[in-house]
Order: sequence, then C-alpha cells, then structure tokens
Amino acid sequence: MASTHADAEPLRIAGRELNSRLLLGTGGFPSLDLLADSIRASGSELVTVALRRIELPDAQVGASGGASTNSGSRGALVDVLDAEGVEVLPNTAGCFTARDAVITAKLAREAFQTDWIKLEVIGDEDTLLPDAPELLKAAEQLVDDGFVVLPYTTDDPVLARRLVDIGCAAVMPLGAPIGSGMGIRNPYNIALIRESVQVPVVLDAGIGTASEAALAMELGCDAVMVASAVSRAQDPVAMAAAMRSAVVAGLLARGAGRIARKTYATPSTPVAGTPDFS
Amino acid sequence: MIVLNGEQREHGAGETVAGLVESLGLPAPARGVAVAIDGEVVPRAAWETHAIPAGASVEVLTAMQGG
Repeated sequence: MASTHADAEPLRIAGRELNSRLLLGTGGFPSLDLLADSIRASGSELVTVALRRIELPDAQVGASGGASTNSGSRGALVDVLDAEGVEVLPNTAGCFTARDAVITAKLAREAFQTDWIKLEVIGDEDTLLPDAPELLKAAEQLVDDGFVVLPYTTDDPVLARRLVDIGCAAVMPLGAPIGSGMGIRNPYNIALIRESVQVPVVLDAGIGTASEAALAMELGCDAVMVASAVSRAQDPVAMAAAMRSAVVAGLLARGAGRIARKTYATPSTPVAGTPDFS
Repeated sequence: MIVLNGEQREHGAGETVAGLVESLGLPAPARGVAVAIDGEVVPRAAWETHAIPAGASVEVLTAMQGG
C-alpha cells in the first residue's frame, strides 16, 4: 500500500528515531489528566516542558510544613510524562537574552538529564518573536557545550541556514506567532527553509487547526509541533487525535505528489464517446 | 540570609543545596529540579557537598507545563 513507506519512515533527529512526527507542548492544558489523555491521543513521543521557580512554602512555617505544592501538582508533571512513556524536550521559554537561555538550558540538563534543548530566545513581549542575534549566540554556546539544540526561529531561510551551520540538530521555524492560531503565514519561506538545510525542519508555533498541520507536512516539514492548538481547543483530546491524523495525511500527500495548479478545468472523464442528443 | 527565588530567607550556616531542596518538600532524587547559585548551575553531583554561602542568590526551579 502507498502508506507503507511514508508511515513507517521514522523521523531522525541527532540519531534519535521518532515514529511520531508530532511534537506536543504541555503548556495550557487545564489539568494533568487532560494532558495525559491528549498525549495518548496525539501519539507524540516527544513533549516540551518548561522550568520555573518552585512555589516556596510559607517563609514563616519552616522546613516541616507548607511544602506540599511541589511534591503535588508540579512534581506530578514529570510523573505523568513518565507514565505516558514520552521523552522530555525542555525549553528555554521566557528567556530574552542568550545568557539567560544558556543558563536555563544547563539547568534543564540537570533537571531532566537530557542534552536536548528547545532553544527559545524571545525578542519582543507582544509578538514573542525570536531575537535572531541572541538566538545565534546562545545556539553557538550550547552546541559547543554538547547540547542537541533545536532552535525556535523565524521563517527566515537565511537565519535557519546560519543556525544549521553553527551545528543545530534541527530548526523549528514559526508559522505565525506563538499561540496566535494564524496558521502558516509564509508557506513559501517554510518550503525554502526545507530546501536550504539538511537537518529536520519542525514547524513550530502558529498552528490553529489540523489542516494547517497537514499543510506544514505538505510543504516538506519533517514534523510539526503544537501546543495551544491542542491544549486550548474546546476538546483537547479530539484535537490531539486530529493533529495526529493531519500530520500523517500531510506526509502521505507530500510523498504522493500533488497535481499542478491550473486556472482552467481538465476533465477527469474522457471526452471521447460522449453521446450527442441533438 | 539568602535570596531564594527572589525572596529573602533565613538560612543556617553550612546548609547544603541538598538540604535546602529537601526542606522545600522535594525529597531526593527531586527529579525535574535544578538549582543555580549566583547565576551558576550547581550540578546534582555537588548538591550534597555544596554549602550555600550567606548572601547568595539561589534559584530552585522545577518542571512546569510549557511550550
């Protein structure tokens, strides 16, 4: 069947094989139960997590009391991800400088015992667009330090190539600003990025619904990352399943080779043998 | 005194990173937890021996939903 090669072909990033081409962010889920169900429905094997300050027990209480929140809700995230059998991809979300991103990546390596880092260096609070010079600086330092760096980047093919030249293991160009749900605003650039680098391209940010994830794969992306599109959907679990199918559909369509676009119709039924009722 | 996650805190002389982490309700192995002191990462292997100096700025971070 046509599905055999496209379905079975695993995604390879830095020597790791992933059978699912959907990466899932854990942010925005209303509960850990919904997160767990959505991970299962998505089929994703790689999910992102952030690092944030622990909640301090009440300063007056001392060592014995008030500390339950850390072993409770937040500690449970790691347990949920373990139970689902997924790999953790820590991110540097919220970092605005190369220095902060590098420190955060090193902390993530200690926290999760992984060299993999989704590198985000943000340059603007309103758009959350990447800060290209700081991103390059951080990527270079982390690659030198042995990290497997997956940078969240703009849809600029030149910047993507620079990141790969530095040694990034993949590039994660945005389709649109994080959480905007505006889909892929510049599909031509995404296709150009795919043509201009030799590492996996993971469409990250901007996806709002399943058709946009399929489009990313049709454009040649090797994988798609979604977070808000699933976690903030009215039914996250159903959307996770939709994204799973969309990524497979887009990959299959890409392999199948779409027909060329034309202005005028071409009949799909032969003209010869058409009866004449005059 | 130390500054822990942006808050002034009392701290005993000789308190180690491991001791602090445990006192925060994060018993060993405290998976998903990482510690920086004055902007430098303290590797897990050093938690038991690394004493927190007075006046240090300490960040204790953990896994959170994101991205």
